[in-house]
Amino acid sequence: MLANYGFKDGSGDWFLVIDTDKCDGCGKCEAACPANVLEVGPDEYDPFREEPVAKVREEERKKIRYSCASCRPGYGEEPTPCVIACESGAIYHSEGWKFLYGKQ
Amino acid sequence: MAEEVREFWRWPESHWANPDIDWKQGKIITSGVDVGSVSTQAVIMVDGELYAFSSTRTGSDSPDSALKGLSIALEGTSMTADNIDYCIGTGYGRVNVPMAQQTITEIACHARGANFVYGSAVRTVMDMGGQDCKAIRCDERGKVIKFMMNDKCAAGTGRGMEVFADLIGVPVWEIGPRSFQVEKEPPMISSTCVVFAKSEVVGLLEEGEPENDIIAAYCAAMAHRIVELLNRLGVEKEFAITGGIAKNEGVVKRLEKEIDVKTMEKVWHNPEYNSRNYPFDTQIIGALGAALFAMALLERGRVKSARKA
Repeated sequence: MLANYGFKDGSGDWFLVIDTDKCDGCGKCEAACPANVLEVGPDEYDPFREEPVAKVREEERKKIRYSCASCRPGYGEEPTPCVIACESGAIYHSEGWKFLYGKQ
Repeated sequence: MAEEVREFWRWPESHWANPDIDWKQGKIITSGVDVGSVSTQAVIMVDGELYAFSSTRTGSDSPDSALKGLSIALEGTSMTADNIDYCIGTGYGRVNVPMAQQTITEIACHARGANFVYGSAVRTVMDMGGQDCKAIRCDERGKVIKFMMNDKCAAGTGRGMEVFADLIGVPVWEIGPRSFQVEKEPPMISSTCVVFAKSEVVGLLEEGEPENDIIAAYCAAMAHRIVELLNRLGVEKEFAITGGIAKNEGVVKRLEKEIDVKTMEKVWHNPEYNSRNYPFDTQIIGALGAALFAMALLERGRVKSARKA
């Protein structure tokens, strides 16, 4: 499942996407995130899944544009810490940050 | 004498119980209670078949609304809340459902519910709720494979439509039909924000714009907002809309036109439900999904019955 956490507004798409089929719930992203946006717990969208899954904290979902901004998702010199930490490649950001803040 | 105050936003509440089922013969009784920001639905299922439901307005107290919803669903039946094996809460107020043994997000429940109601061909579900909308892609079992929501603001949602109905002085269920009584389709309201859209509507009213044209312009704007979310998700057939706005043809028809995909016909997938005239209500789909999850979790032995009587 592609879980799109965040929102879309007049200025762009602000989503942190977690591919739950790739995520094994290891928790390295949670430890790596400097803004404490991520957590690992039961899958809220699939009651039959038994293993834990990474997700965006409930209270962060409406302000993800700002919480994730300092890591320069999609346009920084390096990928974001969560993306680097995730060995299974389950995490990525939508393009709002890149389009609005990235260099042309 | 004081003038009668009319509340144009008030949509009719409803409840129904299935006359064809004797619940005492049933093995597993489950319920789903969907406490939304605007409306609350309770659905009761007996052995996976629809037994009873209610659709009411959410009050200021979520636990109260949940209890009221369930008791209205049980009205006219001999069943009591104690006869229910397992209850799952869902919706915005799901943590405030006192009789629920468990909660599940409304995204999972709407996908599951739509799968039951519209059949396994459903791949895209758009839940248009009171204060947010959610675009969901699911597989043939009703499992979510992709979702996104727009929960940042209430424009393009049921509550926005209620506010608009009140402002223009037209009952909310007449908005859809009246939006087509126009000579030609007017340009849509340009503001996406419900507050700004409101002032734009006031401006149009002052300019003497015909009421039906303003209604059409508002419906078109709401449809367009939802299309933006759907385009990001990617619409795959079959496409179904759930929630209260699904009942507003003024929005639904314009949405279909903009994405060039028809929504599924609002009839039960189960032909028996249609021939027996079970009421079809797009608002109960979330609660129905919750009741189905309760059934599945019990059957798989993942949870234990909490039945008291």
